Amino acid sequence: MMHAPKSNQLELITTSLNRRSKIKPIEIVFWVVALILPVVLPSHAMMISEIAITALFALSLDLVLGYSGIVSLGHAAFLGVGVYSSALFAKFFLADPTLGLLVSGSLAGLLGLICSFTILRGSDLTRLMVTLGVALIMLELANQMDWLTGGSDGLQGVIMGPVLGVFEFDLQGKTAAWYSVGVALLLFIFVRMLVNSPWGYTLRVIRDNRLRAMAIGVPVSKILISVYTFAAVVAGIAGGLLAQTTGFASLDVFAFDRSADLMLMLVIGGVGWLYGGIAGAIVFKILQSELSAVTPQYWMFWIGLLLILLVSLGRERIKGWVTLSFLFDRTNAGVVSK
Amino acid sequence: MLTILFDGVAYGMLLFVLAVGLAVTLGLMNFINLAHGAFAMLGGYTTVLLMQRLEVPFLICLPCAFLVSAALGAFLERTLYRPLYSRPHLDQVLFSIGLAFMSVASADYLMGSGQQNIQLPEWLKGRTELGEDPWTLGMGHYRLLIILICAVLTIVLQTVLTKTRFGSQLRASVDDPVVASGLGINVNKVFLLTFAVGSGLAGLGGALGAEVLSIDPIFPLKYMIYFLIVVSVGGTSSITGPLLAALLLGIADVAGKYYVPKLGGFIVYSLMIIILLWRPQGLFSRGNK
Repeated sequence: MMHAPKSNQLELITTSLNRRSKIKPIEIVFWVVALILPVVLPSHAMMISEIAITALFALSLDLVLGYSGIVSLGHAAFLGVGVYSSALFAKFFLADPTLGLLVSGSLAGLLGLICSFTILRGSDLTRLMVTLGVALIMLELANQMDWLTGGSDGLQGVIMGPVLGVFEFDLQGKTAAWYSVGVALLLFIFVRMLVNSPWGYTLRVIRDNRLRAMAIGVPVSKILISVYTFAAVVAGIAGGLLAQTTGFASLDVFAFDRSADLMLMLVIGGVGWLYGGIAGAIVFKILQSELSAVTPQYWMFWIGLLLILLVSLGRERIKGWVTLSFLFDRTNAGVVSK
Repeated sequence: MLTILFDGVAYGMLLFVLAVGLAVTLGLMNFINLAHGAFAMLGGYTTVLLMQRLEVPFLICLPCAFLVSAALGAFLERTLYRPLYSRPHLDQVLFSIGLAFMSVASADYLMGSGQQNIQLPEWLKGRTELGEDPWTLGMGHYRLLIILICAVLTIVLQTVLTKTRFGSQLRASVDDPVVASGLGINVNKVFLLTFAVGSGLAGLGGALGAEVLSIDPIFPLKYMIYFLIVVSVGGTSSITGPLLAALLLGIADVAGKYYVPKLGGFIVYSLMIIILLWRPQGLFSRGNK
């Protein structure tokens, strides 16, 4: 019954797949603008850096939630591990940023590997609880180990060496902005290649129909473990960047709000689409700084309202207006399955 | 030691009343509602306001708290929740987080960020002690009242769900809404009523627990995880599952905070993860659905 596709069919499939992975001009424009922006808006350099870090964090969740369909409410655990490990590494061992990022990424990845076994079984609710529980445990640990982490006072006085041994961090944050955007770009390119690889397509197969994926011989557990671990590494690196550029680590990196905010960003931008996290992070951070300026205390109210509106009006529809997503590659977007 | 056990049981019972509404919406209607704590908070604030401003007796506040929360629950079910029953879990999670966030900010705006306390009536402040020293059982009258009310509620709920016509209608609507409505059951009305009662019970729990749980604006987020633990660990196929899970959680939490105060939360969360890994469908559920 099975027969190999004819050669012209094969060609069609190949071109169709290649079209998706082809780099669009608009993408290049976007990244060039991102790299020039710290020069044009030097007073906002810190914010640009923050957005780049947040976008990287959102990218990590997108791999798990958007591409693999795993609802996670505890992604802050990996960010937090990244933050604390790079802050501590810089404080007690070496102040080199690149090495610090490697440490952050690998420690967060290790935690991700351990946790990945917990998300293989059960329903959405079970996964939600387990991921949330892991983040809460990490928060509790960081709080109790105050001799190391500074507890609720936070960890201060992290002084970083120059990036790549050349570029000193300046007060204005220009170096920080370039550093963050640069790391984000490198990782983004890597992730982009990954999701367009056969491995990336398997993720979507698992998301859309796990049973069928198993039936055609996809090693579901192995793939999920690998994607979860990898996403944790990316989140850890984002955390490392955060600690290095702000010179500070505090307990709120583990907080539930972080995971929830992250999910919101991703949903604003659109899940299952690499630029979704980036677009969401930009919109979210700008909104946050504007609304917080008006009513700093009640920022949560507006975020809540936004979430409700977003869901009630339909995520897919709003996403289109907010992000002008038709300008980018939208072919990979998919609805997260139940 | 028995006192700790007693306090744990009281705390667990309270958690059960708070979470039982969630057990129904989440367990039976399969809706992930992270905003459940908001209804409990509303009940708590209703009690605080009634007692402080209008000096209403504590026992009369309880049904008032139930009614206020139930009314809000019914209103929100009709307007916002209903369209989301059939949506993916991600949508439900996002929506209910949004609602929880809004309730936190609104409570902060309306009531201030401080903790609210209530003045218990004199007859609830006492304490009865039984037994000899290593096995002393000290029972606060207030906690005794909590246990009493919750026990009665549990029996009533169990009876309503298993023995009455409404209980069967609810179970039918949950199992298959289409067939149920074909048989002449007004599914929307059944769900509306169930949701309202669930929210009302949360309000009642918030009112009852106003003294022990300390009502403040972050209440919905602070206790969200506890409610979810009760439901997910207890399993969703019966009322007794969540009840046992709530008791377990209450005792573990109180004992943990008493014996190893530094590791209290740590123990509870680790236990939850282990139990969920061991039995993803809940500790007391019978097999997969």
